[in-house]
Amino acid sequence: MENRLKKSAANRHWRWFANHLASVLAVGATVVVIAPLVAIFIDLVYKGASSLDLNFFTKIPAPVGETGGGMANSIVGSAVLLGLASLLGIPVGIAAGIYLAEYGRGAKLSNVVRFTADVLNGVPSIVMGIAIYALLVAPMKGFSAFAGGVVLGIMMVPTVARTTEEMLLMVPHAVREAALGLGVPAWRSTLSITLRTALPGVITGCMLAFARVAGETAPLLFTAFGNQFWSMRLDQPISALPLQIYVYALSPYDEWHRLAWAGSLVLIALIVISVALVRYVTTRGTLKGAG
Amino acid sequence: MTLRIQEPRAPQLADAEAVGGPVPVASSPSPVSTVRRFLTGRGSSAMADSTFRWLMLACALSVFVIVALIATELVKSSQLTLAKFGIKFFFGSAWDPVSENFGALPFVYGTLVSSLVALVIAVPLAVGVAVFLTEMCPKSLRGVLSFLTELLAAIPSVVYGLWAIFVLVPLLRTYVDPLLIKLLGWTGLFVAPDFGIGMFAAGVILAIMILPIISSLTREVMTAVPHAQREAVLALGATRWEMIRMGVLRNARIGIVGSIILGLGRALGETMAVAMVIGSSPTISKSLLAPASTMASVIANEFAEAADDTYRSALIEIGLALFLVTIVVNVCARLLVWAVTRGAPARVT
Repeated sequence: MENRLKKSAANRHWRWFANHLASVLAVGATVVVIAPLVAIFIDLVYKGASSLDLNFFTKIPAPVGETGGGMANSIVGSAVLLGLASLLGIPVGIAAGIYLAEYGRGAKLSNVVRFTADVLNGVPSIVMGIAIYALLVAPMKGFSAFAGGVVLGIMMVPTVARTTEEMLLMVPHAVREAALGLGVPAWRSTLSITLRTALPGVITGCMLAFARVAGETAPLLFTAFGNQFWSMRLDQPISALPLQIYVYALSPYDEWHRLAWAGSLVLIALIVISVALVRYVTTRGTLKGAG
Repeated sequence: MTLRIQEPRAPQLADAEAVGGPVPVASSPSPVSTVRRFLTGRGSSAMADSTFRWLMLACALSVFVIVALIATELVKSSQLTLAKFGIKFFFGSAWDPVSENFGALPFVYGTLVSSLVALVIAVPLAVGVAVFLTEMCPKSLRGVLSFLTELLAAIPSVVYGLWAIFVLVPLLRTYVDPLLIKLLGWTGLFVAPDFGIGMFAAGVILAIMILPIISSLTREVMTAVPHAQREAVLALGATRWEMIRMGVLRNARIGIVGSIILGLGRALGETMAVAMVIGSSPTISKSLLAPASTMASVIANEFAEAADDTYRSALIEIGLALFLVTIVVNVCARLLVWAVTRGAPARVT
């Protein structure tokens, strides 16, 4: 009897101990996860901001050994590439989303499309890069901004399609019926009633896809290739911010390391601002709770 | 979920008035009413509708086209080595571009081991974070913390790589690696010489990168566990940890496995950060502190300098293998996560 009591007391202590141990471990894990994030941001701001100046935004890279120089051509190059990617990826993605939500409900085909889009989302970006290399760069005998834009555009499609679909599904049926009841053609009702109602959410999806490809380096290595000089031509190699950061980070020069940190700060600032904006829009915007 | 709908726009209202306005009795003896004339005058919308529909369908099908295009291009461009080496390509460990002898085993090994190291580090932490955020965290803190972990997912790979080269690697070299050599040197996994860069550094940076994915999906799955489960376990006198273990984690385990596999898929294909810190050496060594190479990193590092066709074809074949592996991994993960979040209610065993 006494033995059993002792056992039960020990058991109670063990359970109390395990409970608190688990809590401590969970809190500890959270701290350990947040720590590198804080460290990355502090390093970026500290090392990046100290080397950020007007030259960074207005000059092209200086030759080895010279101080100064900036990444103006990379910033413009990234803008060109991302513009091209958005032009290709966003309309196709939104159209695919419209098909999934408006025409393909419950159809087997749309399930397969959805699944393929999710799988495509998980394909490593470097694989996309070499596929586009084989498709566009090798036959055209040269790296080009066009190939870089295409690869980034393709990477945007699945994300845009899936978020567009999700947002369109949240639009109540009554809205569609009201439009059709007024004699509006179905295509017009889809574009200017359903899509318009879901617009804040759709824009969110586009911004997320944009933010994701904005930082991509691997697919650009063998498509856009990078360029030390000004170039706006689509059939020539073009520089991009992530590519330039990569090149500078692996270089042996302190001056270039400094520029790499500054470039990273600018890139992160762009991405964080767009993500934060998206969060603001989804929580405050028309589609409340859409996130 | 509440939804506020915007007012229908003016053009539709205008159309409606034109159609629904007072219909004058036909002034002419013609039997065709004004409404009918108005509608036929505008032409049938059937054509525009079906065109629109086909257009949308074409865009939806483009997803298949993209996947098919990637697959065919990769197969076509790796013909040379596919024919020359066959399946032996993945079991040979020689990587000699000069004598055109290629074997991908070191890279397969590098990919597997670096991903494994990343999972070993990331999974316990990610589950811990998910438990804390769903079960313990005060509401006010939850939003901030989940935003921070999401932010971790938004940082580009190349920035992780930059940070790893200049901050993480020196940190590992001076503090962590000597400790590991002292404590775990007997296993043979951590032996000098230690350059800082190598398999272990790649694993650590990978862990940091896949953490947000695993933890956010795990959180999703855990939130999907019905509250009644938690209440039932608590009502039996369980402590909070026992409630989490028996009521939540056990019910969510399939989804958690799915999210881990999804993280694995990401780790397998991650390129830039790994390529920057792994040290690029086509060798297999037992020590995790030695430089190595992964499938993705060897493509990133050597593709630009691969001048002859066989070399390039070998690298593309590695890409093809990576493509197939990540597809299989992603399909498995999606099926698991999908089965849990949208399938039947979780079973208690």
